[in-house]
Amino acid sequence: MNNPKYHSSLFWFAVINAFATFLLIGLGGLVTSHEAGMSVPDWPTSYGYNMFALPFKFWQGLAFFEHTHRLLASVVGFLTTILAVWLWLKDHRKWMHWLGITAFLLVIVQGILGGLRVRLQMDDLGIPHGAIAQVFLVLTCAIALFTSRWWHGTETEPQQTVPRGLRSHVLFVTILIFIQLIIAATMRHQHAGLAIWDFPLAHGKIWPDTSPAAIAEYNAHRPPGILGNPIAAFEVNLQMIHRLVAYALFLGVLAVPFMARKRLGGADGLTKFAWFWLALISVQIGLGAWTIWSNKAADITTLHVMGGALSLLTGALWWLVATRRHQMAEHK
Amino acid sequence: MTIMKKTALLLALGILATTQMVKAADIAGFINLKGTPPAAREITPIKDDPNCAALYPGALPKTTFYVVGPNGGLADVVVYLKGISGKSTGASAPPVVLDQKGALYSPQILAIQTGQKLLVKNSDPFVHNVHTKPTENPESNQVQMPGSPDLTYTFDKPEMFLKFQCDVHPWMFAWVSVFDHPYFAISGKDGKFVIKNVPPGKYTLEATHRKLGTQTAEIEVKDSGAEQNFTFEVK
Repeated sequence: MNNPKYHSSLFWFAVINAFATFLLIGLGGLVTSHEAGMSVPDWPTSYGYNMFALPFKFWQGLAFFEHTHRLLASVVGFLTTILAVWLWLKDHRKWMHWLGITAFLLVIVQGILGGLRVRLQMDDLGIPHGAIAQVFLVLTCAIALFTSRWWHGTETEPQQTVPRGLRSHVLFVTILIFIQLIIAATMRHQHAGLAIWDFPLAHGKIWPDTSPAAIAEYNAHRPPGILGNPIAAFEVNLQMIHRLVAYALFLGVLAVPFMARKRLGGADGLTKFAWFWLALISVQIGLGAWTIWSNKAADITTLHVMGGALSLLTGALWWLVATRRHQMAEHK
Repeated sequence: MTIMKKTALLLALGILATTQMVKAADIAGFINLKGTPPAAREITPIKDDPNCAALYPGALPKTTFYVVGPNGGLADVVVYLKGISGKSTGASAPPVVLDQKGALYSPQILAIQTGQKLLVKNSDPFVHNVHTKPTENPESNQVQMPGSPDLTYTFDKPEMFLKFQCDVHPWMFAWVSVFDHPYFAISGKDGKFVIKNVPPGKYTLEATHRKLGTQTAEIEVKDSGAEQNFTFEVK
């Protein structure tokens, strides 16, 4: 049955925007993985040209990644602007109007942050740039969810409630994934290559030595091909924290499909979604190991970045769907 | 002024000039490398960039971390007097040129004085960005299109191995050491170096290789100059 509140074209436009955002995160991942962020020193121009008019012959070397990242970012900014206007005009919910405006403001902030990172030559600005990208992805996907036929349908169709404990668990794990992504962004924006280049051990030990002598030894014997700044104890400890949080996340996500099957039944959509989440986090840990074994190969590292974004998104969407179902079940 | 006075003045100036010449001598030496350094590796990412690969239809260039001559001489060692400051003559010294040619920096190791001009050229038919990564001086990042004028750099503070890099071509690096005096040299492919016009006296002489570290010697420069050799060892 058609729901008059559902606008198919608005929903699909929001989906396209979300998908473009996901691709943009992948392209941003390639920029950092290739250390290409400073290859185009000016902004908002590119090599002195209007960025949309840069001759193709200059899209060369690693500047290709930085320039296409800027172009796709402009596309996402344009799509988000249209989406915000569309939501304001067509959606009947006031809070959705403001959610569209929030997305619009966030994409502007994100663009300026990316530009300032280039203009001010501040590596550290890459960390909030990477973190806001994740928040923006969740926001664009949430908008797509809120404009979906399923979301509108929950107002009339009966919903099975989702226990609070399960929802809280997923929310906690999702927040932990976000913290993990901030740790990861901090690691990547040290521009120091791999701080530990073996796995599952770390410099041959369960917990590596971070004394000044040991750090000097690591720097003196870095494997060939590792470029970047010398490492310090901070980078070694950061990677160890990233590993520990990854193990904790695996256990946290592992519990979700079993809890969901027990509480909701194996056929429930959220249980199936939880199995997908577990598969995703398993692949993500595998990609993390491969990132180390491949000496931080740019394509593998970027897949790891995209896997991280998808893991966060899956947890966030799971929680939003569960919360919606719970609210609607309670409401009736 | 009478002819006699003029002659006396010229004589005095001549004696003064001769005295000055005697009071500046050279430090010469040889840098020896013991052991076998890691083999140079082909810079394979060059072939991934069609513009750069076109410049190398045959073999690709190799890394030059250790340049060793047939006599065991080690090149690219920066040799300098330590503990001297405020003696820069960089403002009047001729500019030093750093070229980007064949998608490589040439030379990759160089040294200048504070205030001395460093001209960066782009001899390639494609774009580079010139990104300095200093520890003491301000960072900068500029684009240099093919055929565009040279970029001019000066640095106010001394520092060792100030990194120049191109982020478009991530294998391109050069290291510029900046001194607050003119008493430095870089060893050539034969391992030899000469620091010119050093006033006689006792000094600490240091030799630094980017991969092999620093060696120090206490020397005395006499009117006839001084000689000091260094031996680096690959472990």
